[in-house]
Amino acid sequence: MSTPSSQSAQRSWFARQRWLLLRRASQLTILALFLAGPWFGVWVLKGNLSASLILDTVPLTDPLLALQTMVAGHWPHVTALTGAAIVLVFYLLVGGRVFCSWVCPVNMVTDAAAWSRRKLGIKTGRVPDSATRYWLLGAMLLATAVTGVLVWEWVNPVSLLHRALIFGLWGSLLAIAGIFAYDLLIASRGWCGHLCPVGAFYRLLGRSALIRVSAAQRSACDDCMDCFTVCPEPQVIRPALKQAGQTHPLILSGDCTNCGRCIDVCDRHVFKMTHRFDQRSA
Amino acid sequence: MSPTKKSANPTSAAASPASLARRKFINSVAAAAGGGCLLALGAGLLARQASALPAQAIRPPGALAEDDFLAACVRCGLCVRDCPYDTLKLSDLGDPVATGTPYFTARDIPCEMCEDIPCVKACPTGALDRELTDITQARMGLAALVDQENCLNFLGLRCDVCYRVCPVIDKAITLELRHNPRSDRHALLLPTVHSDACTGCGKCEKSCVLPEPAIKIFPRKLAQGALPAHYRKGWEEKARQGESLIGEQIKLPVRGFEGTTAGRSATETVVAPATPAAPIVPDAPVPAPGKAGTLDSRWKP
Repeated sequence: MSTPSSQSAQRSWFARQRWLLLRRASQLTILALFLAGPWFGVWVLKGNLSASLILDTVPLTDPLLALQTMVAGHWPHVTALTGAAIVLVFYLLVGGRVFCSWVCPVNMVTDAAAWSRRKLGIKTGRVPDSATRYWLLGAMLLATAVTGVLVWEWVNPVSLLHRALIFGLWGSLLAIAGIFAYDLLIASRGWCGHLCPVGAFYRLLGRSALIRVSAAQRSACDDCMDCFTVCPEPQVIRPALKQAGQTHPLILSGDCTNCGRCIDVCDRHVFKMTHRFDQRSA
Repeated sequence: MSPTKKSANPTSAAASPASLARRKFINSVAAAAGGGCLLALGAGLLARQASALPAQAIRPPGALAEDDFLAACVRCGLCVRDCPYDTLKLSDLGDPVATGTPYFTARDIPCEMCEDIPCVKACPTGALDRELTDITQARMGLAALVDQENCLNFLGLRCDVCYRVCPVIDKAITLELRHNPRSDRHALLLPTVHSDACTGCGKCEKSCVLPEPAIKIFPRKLAQGALPAHYRKGWEEKARQGESLIGEQIKLPVRGFEGTTAGRSATETVVAPATPAAPIVPDAPVPAPGKAGTLDSRWKP
């Protein structure tokens, strides 16, 4: 990201942050829509990321939470099931981990931790295996089935942070500070990329996503490694960029969050946001 | 021993790279599985510890039994948003109530028992049961007059505030007339909660005039006992059958309590044991002739 490149002078600061700014706008707009109700009495979105109502009519439910209530032995009311179906279809189309980079409030915390880690040059710590999140997802569902209560919701940082912001429950921020410290000092991209079972669940929805990043101009790549440095899931880039195990330039891995940060930082315009059937490459 | 082992390991690994990869894979899977299970176990233990609802936290109307509620509630706060009186709140991390679940504290803001029950309608999962359409059928908790030493009515005053504010007045709280043995010439009107009508809204606790309320709302499980399933009440069975199930019993005169029913229901009868017992000796001392009218029953509130 900070590596100067021959063409960097030609691209404005804005051009280098375009997708990042769009993502921040998306995250903050969603928060603002939730807060407009309690603050100004404008109820566009009511509730929180666990379950909500758009304009008092369209229900939305976190499908992972609906799944957990079923595993715990409660069949949710039709409102929650409808909401879960809407959210499920949306993320199946746009890519499951779009939730992680465009909606989830924890993303701003872990992005800040990753940025600080790069700036401070911290290289310490030990990163857990990235499969840990699937074990955690499985173990969490098993614990839910055994105890019959929503175990994960006691500690889920995603809903803790969102509730803290929307309902003013500031005690939850302790857990968030813990995640920031963990990502900063112990494991680079440790929470979102290796541990978070919510992200693991949404990754499973990401396989059939229509919107994908493509390394269409990969012949122009000068191996500056900017994209690898900034990518929250760097392992997804290589198959598309270096034709490792595939010929087309599309990043099809469900791990990719469609954050577009690689598009931002690449001075050679290698990457672009496109659809999964766009297999053209230069 | 250990030098041999050390030298043996690289040799075998070099001999078959596949086994090194396999070992690495097994190690990483074991670490991931172990870490995942440990984290989930920790969360599970925390959940178990936190699943006991504290005495002063009352769930919204229509809430399922606590175990089912903790399976069904997704902690979205839609009930909190639709509560017109700001009664409901979500618990914070570290509160004694399960993180993010709705509850209210009766002494702060009690439930106003809205007729349309907006909180139940708002619940997307059915953790607040939509079968509840009549708010007087809600069973959020149960009022209990826990402090009979400080309740003003028990002291002989006519406070009556809990009775007056009760939205189910004369059904959930009644004033029971009792003899005041302290003055022996006044009445006690004792606020009495009836579990078959009390919704647990908490208006009595909120309005109790004492600095610390004498009447409080508790989750029903805390406030209420239960008879063994096989117990039958003789007087109820008698009313149902038209006659006593155990036939006519010999009636013996009640000695020592003539002229007063203090502490006893006038309708209560004493049933003699099947075998003739020893003659009943009154243990109360014979009252002095001058104080014949002031029999001390020793019954105190």
